[in-house]
Amino acid sequence: MRKFLVVAAFIIVTALTGCAQTGKLVKSAEEGNVHEAVLSNGLKIIALKDPNAPLAVFQVWYDAGSINEEVGKTGLSHLLEHMMFKGTEKYGPKTFSKIIKRAGGIDNAGTSKDFAYYYQKLAPDRLHLSIELEADRMRNLIMDPEETLSERDVVMEERRMRYDDDPQNLVYEEVVATAFKNHAYRWPVIGWMEDLKTITRDDLWKYYRSRYVPNNAFIVVAGNIDVDEIMSKIRKEFGPIPPGPELPKLGPLEPEQKGEKRIFIKKEAELPYMISAYKAPNILSEDSYALEVLSMVLDGGKSARIYKSLIDEKRIALSAGAGYASTYRYPFLFYFSATALPGKTIEEVETALYEEIDKIKQEPPLQSEMQKAKNQIEADFIMSQDSIFYQAMVLAQFELIGDWRMKDTYLEGIRKVTPEDVQRVARKYLVADQRTVGILIPVKNGSNQ
Amino acid sequence: MIKIIIRIVVCSIITQFVLLTVQSPSFALDVRRTVLENGLTLLTVERHNLPVVKVAVGLNAGSLMEPEEKAGLANITASLLTEGTQTRTSREISESIEFVGGSIGAGGGDDYSTVSLSILKKDIELGFDLLSDIMLRPSFPEDELNKKKERIIAGLKAQEEDPGFVASKEFKKAVFGTHPYGRLVSGTEETLEPISRADIINFHSSYYVPNGAIMAVVGDISPAEVTSLLQRYFSDWHPRDVEKNGLPPLSEERQRRIVTVDKDLTQATIKLGHQGVSRNSPDYYAVSVMNYILGGGGFASRLMLNIREEKGLVYDIHSFFAADKYGGSFQVGLQTKNESANVSIKEVLEEIKKIKSEPVSDAELSDAQSFLTGSFPMRIETSSRIAGFLVAVEYYDLGVDYIDNYPMYINSISKEDIMRVAKKYLDDSEFTLVVVADQEKAAVREKW
Repeated sequence: MRKFLVVAAFIIVTALTGCAQTGKLVKSAEEGNVHEAVLSNGLKIIALKDPNAPLAVFQVWYDAGSINEEVGKTGLSHLLEHMMFKGTEKYGPKTFSKIIKRAGGIDNAGTSKDFAYYYQKLAPDRLHLSIELEADRMRNLIMDPEETLSERDVVMEERRMRYDDDPQNLVYEEVVATAFKNHAYRWPVIGWMEDLKTITRDDLWKYYRSRYVPNNAFIVVAGNIDVDEIMSKIRKEFGPIPPGPELPKLGPLEPEQKGEKRIFIKKEAELPYMISAYKAPNILSEDSYALEVLSMVLDGGKSARIYKSLIDEKRIALSAGAGYASTYRYPFLFYFSATALPGKTIEEVETALYEEIDKIKQEPPLQSEMQKAKNQIEADFIMSQDSIFYQAMVLAQFELIGDWRMKDTYLEGIRKVTPEDVQRVARKYLVADQRTVGILIPVKNGSNQ
Repeated sequence: MIKIIIRIVVCSIITQFVLLTVQSPSFALDVRRTVLENGLTLLTVERHNLPVVKVAVGLNAGSLMEPEEKAGLANITASLLTEGTQTRTSREISESIEFVGGSIGAGGGDDYSTVSLSILKKDIELGFDLLSDIMLRPSFPEDELNKKKERIIAGLKAQEEDPGFVASKEFKKAVFGTHPYGRLVSGTEETLEPISRADIINFHSSYYVPNGAIMAVVGDISPAEVTSLLQRYFSDWHPRDVEKNGLPPLSEERQRRIVTVDKDLTQATIKLGHQGVSRNSPDYYAVSVMNYILGGGGFASRLMLNIREEKGLVYDIHSFFAADKYGGSFQVGLQTKNESANVSIKEVLEEIKKIKSEPVSDAELSDAQSFLTGSFPMRIETSSRIAGFLVAVEYYDLGVDYIDNYPMYINSISKEDIMRVAKKYLDDSEFTLVVVADQEKAAVREKW
């Protein structure tokens, strides 16, 4: 079953991974079980109280994703995320995760195109550890030059594993790089190998100093917590950190695409694979709700159109599906992907996918399909609340795009979508001139021994 | 990550009644355990945080029960449950469960097969109706069998693209030989081809029996409601005698085996290890603590500190003991650029030697113990996690008071225990080494 909202793709570090200013509150508000506060240094805190949660989650989100990098220095944001675990003057190297684990907690971090985030899951009475450690590394990283070089090697290994040796991910990387020609979404979060080799400690340090500041970050804390106590501890630790200079907003976005783009990857692989990605708006657009429902009508399980047609009836695809990346900060993609069954061509798979798109364009979905899609989105939303971590993620994802309060109106937006809306957005966005297609052509090299 | 593959997951009178209250510093779980007249063990946990119910059923119908020449029979039987019953087609099943935003599915495993249901409380009647229908009255249509075979075989082919999958497959085969633990749960093209509809019907009627089965129901539902649902939907699930299947014994002899697979890759994917312990071994907990220090503890582990943090050779390195009912394995897994394969393997062997010969520090021991005990609630945060966990606890006979006792099991381990189990269960000489890589560049040494 699909998750409610396609959470923006990001990379996780493990496998699985003081100034005299006081932390004065300038704003504080409470809505339902969520409490919001903003410190005078610009740091926003969103606290969610859930008395049923056995765990607590602490997350720090920085507006420091790969879109803030420059050409030639791609991968910088993600490498910095790794360096954040390399120690401060107070705590020394290689201790962050040890301290959290000793307390029975788990910690990790991730970087996406839009942001970098750090989190710990702990028993609620141990949250002070998170607060002390995160405040410390927002300001006091050591970033030893030798450690930096060694960590660069680690990230290169990560790149080899995630992309260079994974043919389907290579196609994805190439499709995104082709779909966008100007927007910084075009390069991969992990960076190009050639750029990784040239990133210096100095590059990282400048980026850290300018972007890892309280006015470029926010905190989400959730669980069975005493909100007042947590807020006052956060104020004490983060309050004294001075704000940084205002950061410039991103410049021009992507010019209009004027025709289909198509790329091929030749690589040792077993089965042909394809991605077809259409430019699509994000959740700030009213059309996003209809696109969300559309993705469910097409790919909400075995009874949805793509599975029924390509997998069950035509028997041409091993896997096939649709996905809508609505939670990116800037308009991103609505994509289709499929792996051909042995003996079938990727061309017939692609044609069959487009037939399903055309059907929606010609005739709006049935009322029963609409109801099913909405029920699925709603049930997924409810079920996902069982994890306090995921509840915090949802708040943060909406906050990054605009406002965490959007979580309360999201389902309303879904419920309002009509079959005609779904048809309209299919006609508007799923057009050939707006798509980028990537095809994996398997070649054979190695032999087993 | 853009992997958009559709994954569909993954009566009676009460004769015994046990109420358990489990407390840890920040965690409590009330488990009710009852054994029904038909032999089904029922475990329920009430959680009213969300209007949701999760069900997991464990059946003694895993690949341990299938003949070697028809490997994959257990898995294909499980995965066909949702593809048609006496009164519903495959399409009708998926349509009705998906219409209410729920999911139902089944899959094979080494030791046992699992059926699971995830549904909103308001639709619980439908959920149990479907659950009993697929478990008790599957029809295994011939055309669905053919489609399933075709997809499993194609899926196996697709997985050959994943070096980790290839390495695991070779590792299991080398470590366990012809024992069921040595093969893929899904079977292979050769063993799937001869499986007939009659085989599947026979497997289902032999092993999908309530005696010995385990059902966990967790969520917004009372034990009384569960009882009444079981009476309504599972009353004609009757116990049957199960023929004991003679398992080939696990060969205990250890020997050095090096398996290389040549592929056009930038990295070498490496697995190094051998047989380990079964889940009911008295040494399981000492082994857990020892392994946390060696390579199970992420950034707190020695393998990670040495080979990633100090030397920058890998992104991921870990070790684990996979413990099943009749045996288990120990393995270290890592990926590194082809050219660093030998140096990484050497470092792994050095760490294994070290933990066998030098006592761990007091701090390492206490850190491992406080993580393993303190993080326990995290492993069972959600209702679906709890349901799966309860089935495993029951299947491996860990005791109704397992959560209660776990901290004691872990905290009683001493440095001497760690040294003892490291010497007994780690072998830096007679091991299996699998390397999937560009073999010319990796140039794996034959002598270690």
